[in-house]
Amino acid sequence: MITGRFFASGADRRVLFTIAALLGVAALVPVLNLAVPPANMFHVPTYMVALVGKYLCYALLALALDLVWGYCGILSLGHGAFFALGGYAMGMYLMRQIGDRGVYGNPILPDFMVFLNWKELPWFWYGFDRFWFAALMVVLVPGALAFAFGWFAFRSRVTGVYLSIITQALTYALLLAFFRNDMGFGGNNGLTDFKDILGFSIQAGTTRSALFSASAVALAAAVYVTWRIVGSKFGKLMIAVRDAESRTRFLGWRPENIKLFAFTVSAVMAGIAGALYVPQVGIINPGEFDPSNSIEVVVWTAVGGRGTIVGPIVGALLVNTGKSYFTGALPDLWLFALGGLFVCVTLFMPKGVLGLWDQLRARFARNGGRTETPPQDAAQPVARSAAQTAVESRGLGAATPEPQPAE
Amino acid sequence: MGKKSGTILYLDGVSVSFDGFRAINNLSLVLDRGEMRAIIGPNGAGKTTMMDIVTGKTRPDEGEVFFDGSVDLTRHDEAEIATMGIGRKFQKPTVFEGHSVEDNLVLSLNGPRSIFPALFHRRSGAESRRVDEILAITRLEAKRNDMAASLSHGQKQWLEIGMLLAQDPKLLLVDEPVAGMTDAETVETARLLKDIARTHSVIVVEHDMHFVRELGVKVTCLHEGSVLSEGSLEHVSGDPRVIEVYLGR
Amino acid sequence: MRMPRVIVLLAALLAAGLFAASADEDGLRRIIAKFADAKDFKATEAVARELAETGDPAVERVLLALADGNLFVRKGDGAVFVGKETGASVTLSDPLTGEKAGEAAKAEITKVKVNNGLRRLIRDLLGGLTLGSADPLTRGVAADTMFRTPDAANIEALDAAIARETVASVKARLEQARAASILVSDGSDEEKVVAIAVVEARGDRDALSLLTAVAARTEGAVREAAENAIAQVNGRLALWAAGQNVWYGISLGSVLLLAAIGLAITFGVMGVINMAHGEMVMLGAYTTYVVQSIIRTSFPGLFDWSLAFALPLAFLVAAAVGLAIERGIIRFLYGRPLETLLATWGVSLILQQSVRTLFGPTNREVGNPSWMSGGFDLGQMALTWNRFWIVLFALGVFAVLLYVMKRTPWGLQMRAVTANRRMAASMGIRTPWVDALTFALGSGIAGIAGVALSQIDNVSPNLGQGYIIDSFMVVVFGGVGNLWGTLVGAMSLGVLNKFLEPYAGAVLGKILVLVLIILFIQKRPRGLFALKGRAVEA
Repeated sequence: MITGRFFASGADRRVLFTIAALLGVAALVPVLNLAVPPANMFHVPTYMVALVGKYLCYALLALALDLVWGYCGILSLGHGAFFALGGYAMGMYLMRQIGDRGVYGNPILPDFMVFLNWKELPWFWYGFDRFWFAALMVVLVPGALAFAFGWFAFRSRVTGVYLSIITQALTYALLLAFFRNDMGFGGNNGLTDFKDILGFSIQAGTTRSALFSASAVALAAAVYVTWRIVGSKFGKLMIAVRDAESRTRFLGWRPENIKLFAFTVSAVMAGIAGALYVPQVGIINPGEFDPSNSIEVVVWTAVGGRGTIVGPIVGALLVNTGKSYFTGALPDLWLFALGGLFVCVTLFMPKGVLGLWDQLRARFARNGGRTETPPQDAAQPVARSAAQTAVESRGLGAATPEPQPAE
Repeated sequence: MGKKSGTILYLDGVSVSFDGFRAINNLSLVLDRGEMRAIIGPNGAGKTTMMDIVTGKTRPDEGEVFFDGSVDLTRHDEAEIATMGIGRKFQKPTVFEGHSVEDNLVLSLNGPRSIFPALFHRRSGAESRRVDEILAITRLEAKRNDMAASLSHGQKQWLEIGMLLAQDPKLLLVDEPVAGMTDAETVETARLLKDIARTHSVIVVEHDMHFVRELGVKVTCLHEGSVLSEGSLEHVSGDPRVIEVYLGR
Repeated sequence: MRMPRVIVLLAALLAAGLFAASADEDGLRRIIAKFADAKDFKATEAVARELAETGDPAVERVLLALADGNLFVRKGDGAVFVGKETGASVTLSDPLTGEKAGEAAKAEITKVKVNNGLRRLIRDLLGGLTLGSADPLTRGVAADTMFRTPDAANIEALDAAIARETVASVKARLEQARAASILVSDGSDEEKVVAIAVVEARGDRDALSLLTAVAARTEGAVREAAENAIAQVNGRLALWAAGQNVWYGISLGSVLLLAAIGLAITFGVMGVINMAHGEMVMLGAYTTYVVQSIIRTSFPGLFDWSLAFALPLAFLVAAAVGLAIERGIIRFLYGRPLETLLATWGVSLILQQSVRTLFGPTNREVGNPSWMSGGFDLGQMALTWNRFWIVLFALGVFAVLLYVMKRTPWGLQMRAVTANRRMAASMGIRTPWVDALTFALGSGIAGIAGVALSQIDNVSPNLGQGYIIDSFMVVVFGGVGNLWGTLVGAMSLGVLNKFLEPYAGAVLGKILVLVLIILFIQKRPRGLFALKGRAVEA
């Protein structure tokens, strides 16, 4: 009965298709990369595996952001911080794996510590020589930070642009902190020169393929988890909080707890994305904390279509493919393109590519005389924008967009 | 304590001011258990602020606010007060526009209000029945799966009343339930509220005198943040001070 | 060895006095010529004394050169020159006027020899000479020199100078110099304790080092007095250091104020977060660069006026861009603050890249007009002119804005729209125009902030980004819709930053400030000066 209902909805069909596609890619790409000879037209070159693997991590990050922004109305401009923290946790494990193969050959201390004349491993580096511990930290550190931050922010009812700005300040503060050498995270060079992961050489084709598959599977799992969260009563609550926060409060719900849970889950997802990202690109440095990175994630999500599950994935893949092309072919134009994308998406495509696609399909279906309705994603922000809801909640009831003084 | 027993809501000497403006000035109001009370008053009389105080949105600067004879409401926040059993309908109908009518009610249903039960919630038979019941009472059965955003103004008012019912509070605060309704809808709403008042305590804030007459309950007139007159509608509307306030000096 | 520093100092400070041509130049030249015949130190000393006794400030150059070992006699004609050794040859100049007098090989000249005793004598002579100078500034400097290099032999000269001194401040410095001299003399303990009090009153770093030296070499009452005095001076210096930090903080705060105040207006009136605000600042800075480039190539004489031209231009450029952004993008997004934030971020990327394409990615050179270079001392604090003017400028901009908001019809309309947009519209205020002009005003102010920032920061396409987060913090901290909140927010953040810096370092200090603000927002989500009441919460 329940599955029947899920399959009835077009949006759910789309989610299931995405999960299937991701799992399929996870199984197929390693085969096409490793088993098919390079001359064959079906061969997937290794650089491609690494590139798309990276994109999949970005997609996971975008999905994490969408969970809080699209569904819960929290525009985080600091999600890159959770991504980077997850990445650093993984990077610390990879650093410890180098062992005495570093330039200075110190079996315990990473090269940069030897270089800084440190005699002992700082306490927070303990345990990172074990994978399970690092994996735990990948989840715990971003989760704990998000929990602590959200606990304060949501409880004191910091909302809207104020929240966005302080999330940006959060990642900015971390950026400054991680640039410091005496933080013990390698300063502005970050962590790099990794050798192997779980005993496998990080450069090997097989490892790269395995990391690719892991990213695809992780993304598929995240899609599934997000889908289940969004489909639950809790998911409906998130949307209720997004659209009319104070109403939920007068019904006895605690919007701060709902947001806190969503924010923490989202941060954990972002952390996992970062952890998968680092071994594939081979470096993590404080640049990942740059506020502009976090805002870029927002545009991936917006381009794909926020408030949908598949949208952010599509957006992340599209924008990053575009970025790779532009930065290679027309480097000067990339920032123009990215800036234009921000403006255009907010002005003309508030529902993103996915929303546009659905609109076109609906029009086509009507013209073609078919009666099929476009998949209605219940979670999509309603056609009436948040603006109107906001205006109405002030008892204005005007339909034209009007500025409002900041509260 | 003796004065408070038997009351569902007890306000004594409540004052609150915003930036020097006294929105509520030494307001005292007592509502007995099971009573329905209509509150009237010109704009700015402090009606909405009074509701804000009762529901925990605004803290009074001074005065006592007790619920159910013993609970000090000034010590609790909105969500706690709501779970204790005070429901509120806003002046402007506020429903979850992105959700279906049914989901609006499901989210309002009485029950655990924490994260994990919501995450793993399965709707029980009892809950489904309750939702059906409320849909019937509020005459929204046909709209069950429609987006709340698509409802007419009057229907949104009713949906919000339905959400109050789903919450099953002991005390309902209803702010201008018939604003923007047709006469027929107004009559229906009065019937519905009287129905509800049989099992609940209710405070209705309304400008519409016909509607208040329809309710046929004790009336309190607020002016400049305190009670100007209290009694039957006839008594209050005959009070020269009330006439002065409404007609101007 | 303190000597060379002292001499350089003296030389620099007295150079001005030397231009005054001496009345009896021939007489001086005659005495100077005697250096050629001085065969030993004693003879040289006599000549030096004779020169000093003329009391003519013009002899400074010769005596200084002598002390530095830079006085030469040409073997050929016995003429005396001041020389500067460069490699194998010596550049000669006239001993009185400093005019260039050609070069000479080292073999052609002989150095007038000096020893340490002679050097000390010359220094004392110079001190005594300048103590008698007609210029109180010179006398003061002489007193300070003697204070820094106290010598019991100076006491007599100082006593005489004190007796005839008429300027109170110079007299005080002379007395301090005398006290310093007493401390190195073999005077009685009582005398020294009194002297310590005088030195302590001076209260600067020189006094501190002198007292430290005294405490190290004396015993008993004197030592005790010196130690007490050291504690006192240290306390006072700490106060001055705090004052200096406050000044740095105010200076940083005024920069923040300039950057944030336009933002506060647009955010307050329209609820719009303009992420491109920093780029408006950058545009203002680049306008200054362009103006200065034109002036440099076409009207070099007007360089000191370049900022006066840049200010209105920067305002217009930034305001025009702001107006275009409002009319072209933001007005379609009103009521959707998060979308506005994203769209304006996009605009900021485009503006940055445009400037990068036009002017290149590297820093551009923007010069300080002469009246903004250099600095001055206030007590124990060092102030630079550019910072000083920027503080004044920021306060001026603030005052003008306050006037515009409170006293002009436009400001009234803006406030009306802030308070109740619908009501304002029905009163006949054309709210779209108020919005557009408010946005233009906010952007224009950012533009003139850019002019000021170009004086203290690197002008690069990333200029704006460095300020945007800080400006937001100011606005969020101060609360919106209230210019005073912005002022207090900017100043307190500036001062807080500078007070944390010495303890935590610049970066950690900044992080701490950010964390404090994040915590502060928890307590007061609407900032320091938030509006309260139903209208706001609705």
